[in-house]
Amino acid sequence: MKAAVVVFPGSNCDRDCKVAIERSTGADVTMVWHGETVLPAGLDLIVLPGGFSYGDYLRCGAMAALSPVMSEVRAAAIRGVAVAGICNGFQILCEAGLLPGALLRNAGLKYVCKPVKLEVTNLQTRFTAAFGSRREATMTVGNGEGNYFADDATLDRLEGEGRIVFRYRDNPNGSARSIAGIVNDKGNVLGMMPHPDRAFEGELGSSDGALLFQSVMASA
Amino acid sequence: MIAATPTLAETALAYGLKAEEYDLIVQRLNREPNPLELGVFSVMWSEHCSYKSSRRHLAKFPTSGPRVIQGPGENAGVVDIGDGQAVVFKMESHNHPSFIEPYQGAATGVGGIMRDVFTMGARPIALLNALRFGDPEHPRTRRLVAGVVAGIGGYGNCVGVPTLGGETNFHRGYDGNILVNAMCVGLADADKIFYSAAPAAGLPVVYFGSRTGRDGIHGATMASAEFDADSDEKRPTVQVGDPFAEKLLIEATLELMASGAVAAIQDMGAAGLTSSSVEMAGKGSVGIELDLDLVPQREADMSAYEMMLSESQERMLAILKPGREAEGRRIFDKWGLDAATIGRTTDTGRIVLRHHGEVVCDLPLAPLTEDAPNYDRPWTAPLPQAYIDPSSILPPSDWESVILKLISCPDMASKRWIWEQYDRHVMADTLEDPATGADAGIVRVHGSRKALALTSDCTPRYVSADPYEGGKQAVAEAWRNLTAVGADPIAITDNLNFGNPERSEIMGQIVRAIDGMAEACRALDFPVVSGNVSLYNETNGSAIPPTPTVGAVGLLADYGRRADFASLRDGDTLVLIGETRGALGASLYLRECLGREDGAPPPVDLAVERRNGDFVRDRIRSGGVATVHDLSDGGLIMAAADMALASGVGLTLDVPQEDITSLLLGEDQARYLIGTNDPESLVSKARAAGVPARRIGHAAGGSLSVPQMFSIPLERLRRSHEAWMPTYMEMAAV
Repeated sequence: MKAAVVVFPGSNCDRDCKVAIERSTGADVTMVWHGETVLPAGLDLIVLPGGFSYGDYLRCGAMAALSPVMSEVRAAAIRGVAVAGICNGFQILCEAGLLPGALLRNAGLKYVCKPVKLEVTNLQTRFTAAFGSRREATMTVGNGEGNYFADDATLDRLEGEGRIVFRYRDNPNGSARSIAGIVNDKGNVLGMMPHPDRAFEGELGSSDGALLFQSVMASA
Repeated sequence: MIAATPTLAETALAYGLKAEEYDLIVQRLNREPNPLELGVFSVMWSEHCSYKSSRRHLAKFPTSGPRVIQGPGENAGVVDIGDGQAVVFKMESHNHPSFIEPYQGAATGVGGIMRDVFTMGARPIALLNALRFGDPEHPRTRRLVAGVVAGIGGYGNCVGVPTLGGETNFHRGYDGNILVNAMCVGLADADKIFYSAAPAAGLPVVYFGSRTGRDGIHGATMASAEFDADSDEKRPTVQVGDPFAEKLLIEATLELMASGAVAAIQDMGAAGLTSSSVEMAGKGSVGIELDLDLVPQREADMSAYEMMLSESQERMLAILKPGREAEGRRIFDKWGLDAATIGRTTDTGRIVLRHHGEVVCDLPLAPLTEDAPNYDRPWTAPLPQAYIDPSSILPPSDWESVILKLISCPDMASKRWIWEQYDRHVMADTLEDPATGADAGIVRVHGSRKALALTSDCTPRYVSADPYEGGKQAVAEAWRNLTAVGADPIAITDNLNFGNPERSEIMGQIVRAIDGMAEACRALDFPVVSGNVSLYNETNGSAIPPTPTVGAVGLLADYGRRADFASLRDGDTLVLIGETRGALGASLYLRECLGREDGAPPPVDLAVERRNGDFVRDRIRSGGVATVHDLSDGGLIMAAADMALASGVGLTLDVPQEDITSLLLGEDQARYLIGTNDPESLVSKARAAGVPARRIGHAAGGSLSVPQMFSIPLERLRRSHEAWMPTYMEMAAV
């Protein structure tokens, strides 16, 4: 498998994503600077990592969504390449219009960092196949604006089409319908607030995140 | 009425200098300084920059050792951790700014300490913070807590460095002066450490990072003065942080260093461009010339004085090797940073500043640096509080309410409300953090089996009761916390917070606390490699409790062999290591339940501390034990409660009725509580090592209990422990 991690100014989970993918799958991971206009050929996975791209100034993800590399990411997504946005990456995908909805300020108005139990709501996606029949996963969240919002019609559609991939068992941030992660209509673009990149080996408290990267590899 | 223009001597007073210090400047220069030069002197001779009251006493600390690569005097200390790697760390206060503007004060404190670490060539990998607030009932406290915590999180989370630990105390002694001490730990290659001394004349001086604005002017001077009723007017002297700029600065600085272009480098912290340029040239025994017109500026028409005294954040000064400026330019452009070559090093031993084509400052460097005042301030030995015979303290009539009171008192209550606002997992190397139940935060050395254990400690009520013993205890407790997770304690950074050193009784606290700390550091082979002194923590003549915070680092050669206190299993036996005599003086029990703050603090026998600690660490290393908690605030009963709550299993203590108060609530030092399924082996090995060890109970059921005395369900204990802080913080402001 070949993977790329996009580095925006202010990304801070870029290395974590690289290490997590390498340790989980043995894949080759290339770091791609946001100013690039070409992506490496033959990618199976593009990750938009967590962090505070452009300091979260203006709106989380708003400026990064306009980075030069994003038109290539969009083109790859249209070609069907798997794209995963984690935390700030999820915010960027929403701002770029590659996923519906938006991430608002947490309901508690504070940044929240804690382990969360997730329900794996759809085991049939490119990002969850390796979970087998496991319906539960543990990862950590760390965000101030992880409160997923979309209008009811969109939420109904997401639900009806099985596009809600992860739900919080105990909603930490007020997300609509306890949504922790969703995919696009083709199922190849994932956005999620919890961090699989911090849960790829047991010593970190959970290795459930590794299953996500292994799922992508299995489908590659 | 027309106010008379102040004379230079009067201006000197307004800048925080004493009349005799102004006279000394005139004498050193053989002329009167101009106003800009006076500004430069005033910040370089401030307590914050010159350490003029503490320098001679700090010299008592042991600062070398087989692992020490760089001791105090640079931006941060550097310690060898083997395999060609080094840990770089320092703790620094941002007390005064945080009191005036808590969010920005705390945020820029975190930013400043991170810059000290990456300036040495290290990537920051962990943060800690030690916070002391006033009485929770004080009208200002809640807002200060909320602002400081949000500021620390807002900065550290954004930059992407995990916050792994710290401590939080509340006491009315901090009502008018809170303490915000931030520590940063970084990782570097031992042969790629960067220093601030300019190596030669004729080299380009390059400014990069954020532009210079009018914020923070005279911050170092403010940090060296007492507060009074008008302190809120000092808000403009507080800097404003931009963590995004800091993140870019870290990446650009590390990339610039890796390019090989850097000859010397220094961040612009307290006293900004003044101290960075003076220190780089002074340490290198060269001179420096700057053209202030070239300084990237945020605002129009800034004066030379404003530029030199600004404490705008996220700025660096580098001296590049000849011909490497283009390389620097490429890196600064990539990261979108402002940069300019603003001067050159010279061989004159002077700092010369030009502005609009004129020389506006021309000073010899020596009086600004090594010849700055170095006072031997008069001090009076503090009178230690008297010993309290434990038999004079009656056992509580209601144990259950005492235990619930202790576990929910502001100092002991869960600080989840605080640490859940800090990113503790970014960088994906966190093994232990406040959520996991261990005596120290632990972070892996990326890509290896090694890990660093980190803690920050001080028990201000002990230091107040007896600065010497309290100073010893702060060091010993840090050493013990690292030991309790199985780490080798390797070095400390100190952050000395005191009142006004011009008062002999305060100076006495400083001198004796340092004496005690130095003795403990020597006895425990625990050198001081960096530090910071914060004096004048007083408001209207009332000083803070003496608070010499110790930030400490330990090394785990294999993190697979470590201990925590969350792994107690049903059926395990509890073994108490160390001797209990019943040290109830200055204890948490006395203060919280009897309303008394008298008594001598627990004495620290450093030989015993070392013997007991070495034994415990050895048992952890050999794989013999993995469930360990040190005994500190609240003694055995609080350690047992922590262990039970973190492990989710009840425990029963078997303690004889006659000395139950001493045994459960005494705060005797050098003690550990160990959970084990092989108590015979542990006790016999302890006996062989000459270490006191006794079976003290066992894990079972779902309550914390002493038969016939009390039995408290864990859920009740947990509710009390967890409820205080969120309830307090969410109470509507009246």
